[in-house]
Amino acid sequence: MVKMVYFAWVRERIGKSEEVIDLPPSVETVADLLSHLSRLGDNYALALDEPDVIRVAIDQEHRQHDASIGHAREIALFPPMTGG
Amino acid sequence: MAFDPTVRIQQDDFDIKSEIEALTAGQGNTGAVVTFSGLCRDEDGTLSALELEHYPGMAESEIRRIAVEAADRWPLGGVTVIHRVGKIRPGENIVLVAATSKHRQAAFDGAHFIMDFLKSDAPFWKREIARDGRSGSWVDAKDRDNDALKRWR
Repeated sequence: MVKMVYFAWVRERIGKSEEVIDLPPSVETVADLLSHLSRLGDNYALALDEPDVIRVAIDQEHRQHDASIGHAREIALFPPMTGG
Repeated sequence: MAFDPTVRIQQDDFDIKSEIEALTAGQGNTGAVVTFSGLCRDEDGTLSALELEHYPGMAESEIRRIAVEAADRWPLGGVTVIHRVGKIRPGENIVLVAATSKHRQAAFDGAHFIMDFLKSDAPFWKREIARDGRSGSWVDAKDRDNDALKRWR
C-alpha cells in the first residue's frame, strides 16, 4: 500500500488529489509505476500520456524514472514546476 | 551550528523592508544584502490573477535544501525565502529571496542560485486566470529556466 498524491494538471486529469493504492510486485521502478497507473483507466492514461514529462517525488524527494520505489510511503506525481 | 534559513510559504503578502531588518538584526558583520522579488505580471492586460498551488512539506524542504546548498558554496550570513500561494493579482509579490554576506559577491551569487533552483526544483505550479473570467491554463515550464541552471554546474 502506498499513498499517491497528484498536483496541478496531473491532479485534474486523474480527477483526485490523493489515493491509497496497492502495487503489484512487478512494479519495481518509477517507470513501472507510471505504466501500471496508465492502465488503470482513461483518466490515468490521459494524465500520463507523456510519461517523460511527469516529475516524481518519493517521500517528498525528487526521483528519476529509473529509481526504485522500495518501501515508499508517499509518491507524488506532478508536471514540471513553475514557481518563483 | 548548521545554516538555518528562514523559509515561509503563505497566502499573505510580505513586507520586504521588515524581512531585511529581521535578517540583518544583530548581524554586525553583514556588509551586503541582496533581495530578489518576483511579481505577478498582467500579461499585457489579459491576466486577472495567478493561482499558485504547492506541495505542502516538500515545498518548504526543497527551498531549505537549496538555501543550505547555497550556504555551502558561498559564505552567506543568512537567507530568507518567502513564497506566496493562492490567488495573486498583477502587481503583487509572489516570491522573495534575500541573502546576506560580509561582501557583496556572495550575496549576489547566493540569491541568484537560490532563485534559479527554486524555479526548477521547488514544487509550486501557476495557473492563469484570464480577465474574461475563464480559468485559464497551467503555466508551462520554460526551457530558459532549465538553461539558467547550467551556470551553476
